[in-house]
Amino acid sequence: MPISFDDLINPELHPEYEPAPIFSDDTSFIDVVKPEDIKSSTLTVDETRTPVVMVDNLHVKYQVFSSGKALGNAGARRLLQPKMRGVRTVHALKGISFVAYENESIGIIGSNGSGKSTLLRAITGLTPPADGSVYARSRPSLLGVGAALIPDLSGDKNITLGGLALGYNREQVEQMREEITKFAELEEFIDLPMRTYSSGMAARLKFAIAASKEHDILIVDEALAVGDAKFRKRSEAKIREIRENAGTVFLVSHSMNSIKETCNRCIWIEKGVQKMDGDPDTVIKAYQQHKK
Amino acid sequence: MTVAEEADKFGLHRVGARPSLGDYLRQTWERREFIYELAKARVQKQNQQNRLGMIWVVLKPTMNAIMYGVIFGVLQGDKKGPDFPVFVVIGVFLFEFFTSSMNGGAKSITGNSALVQSLSFPRLSLPVAQITQNLLTLMPMVAVMFIYSMILGTTPKWSWFGIIPLIALFSVFNMGVALICARITVHVRDFTQILPLVTRMLFYTSGVLFSVDRILSHWPWLVTVFDFHPLYQTLQLARAMIMDNAEYNPMSWLVVGVWSLVILVVGLIFFWKAEERYGRAN
Repeated sequence: MPISFDDLINPELHPEYEPAPIFSDDTSFIDVVKPEDIKSSTLTVDETRTPVVMVDNLHVKYQVFSSGKALGNAGARRLLQPKMRGVRTVHALKGISFVAYENESIGIIGSNGSGKSTLLRAITGLTPPADGSVYARSRPSLLGVGAALIPDLSGDKNITLGGLALGYNREQVEQMREEITKFAELEEFIDLPMRTYSSGMAARLKFAIAASKEHDILIVDEALAVGDAKFRKRSEAKIREIRENAGTVFLVSHSMNSIKETCNRCIWIEKGVQKMDGDPDTVIKAYQQHKK
Repeated sequence: MTVAEEADKFGLHRVGARPSLGDYLRQTWERREFIYELAKARVQKQNQQNRLGMIWVVLKPTMNAIMYGVIFGVLQGDKKGPDFPVFVVIGVFLFEFFTSSMNGGAKSITGNSALVQSLSFPRLSLPVAQITQNLLTLMPMVAVMFIYSMILGTTPKWSWFGIIPLIALFSVFNMGVALICARITVHVRDFTQILPLVTRMLFYTSGVLFSVDRILSHWPWLVTVFDFHPLYQTLQLARAMIMDNAEYNPMSWLVVGVWSLVILVVGLIFFWKAEERYGRAN
């Protein structure tokens, strides 16, 4: 039977590619950390400035099933053999160390999968480190609240819930309510259940709630600017405003311009290893050279 | 000088470190409004998409009570004791509180992983919110329970108010159970698979549907065991206060009180010990 072009692109004829699980204790070929890659951490603190965040020799490891599927054959074997087989450890951060000072705005750059998000999550304490530790003056907060909201409830109720989840008390929420509604441009729809919102409207509401909080140590993911062009502009302005009010800011972005514009320090991470730390212009130049 | 000392000098604390138990409880108390709001929102959400809405909160246990009442009423013949319908209604309605607390508590961390991973708050808030939610659904159930009792011929009396301290103690007990289950599920996900079996087993061994004194009269030692059974004693207390001619054993208060306190303290410490573990990917 001749094979038509349609058959070639028909996904039903081609099962999804599944890599075979690795049933071997030899995982040396995965993510080997060469000793020379790891800088021995000697954290020197500049006594003349106030340190706000100290990251000391931070290692983060994830354990994942190599097949991508949690159980099945690998699960059965796991029960019988005490050593975890088919499980590989991803060494996502390999000894990151730095000190962040008050009023610093630190950009974090690196290619996809280099460990930027892992570093941010570790700084907020959401991903526990395998080794080393993070010290901070107050708990660093991520700009985000989406998980606390319930789609079946009205936007108004979700403002209450989100505000309380962020740690406000009821009075403060009442004071902010109007401002949040206005910023999200949802005055007419605020009594409707959130599930009836368009994705843009829901994203606007989430952003407006999250952005209402003042932070001592703030972590911003640039992808947070949401919605249509008009709202994107306003949300970018809002992020800038929050950034100015916050004590110390970490910014993750793929846009080198926005890092150059707003940061006075830059850290470059590549494959979980801290490559460079310093003046944004120098670091970005080196990073761009590396990418070529 | 180590980094930890250096950090301490500048007043920095380790991020994600587990606070002391006192601080932990205080932080959770500060979150009480969030806990209450979350519980209320979930109750509203629960039955919103159903046509009968909140009526299901009482309709489901009613149907359960009718089903179990008929089946076990027939099976037990003359052994079932006086006022059997009221006996079953009280048992089924109150036991529902325990079942939902245990099941909900077990899922309170794993089922909210997105919330746990994106915001920082004492994780204790989640099981507490679960119990609050169950307590809120219990309120209309208790009201309906009294209505059924009156329909079934029980005369209202002052002792009915005794249900309030009893439910308070029962909530404390359920809280402890929920905390223990919540942590176990975090370590071993498979726990939720056998949990329905456990609750079902407890349902049949806690005297929800039968009076222990009558059914087990041939095994006196087993009756003695049931004297210290926290669930059975709770149900018996409720029956003693609501029903017209049920025997009242003041010792039950002591049994239920001690159990609740012990389980709560054990649960709190057990749950708090693993605070840094919650939200981790594996």
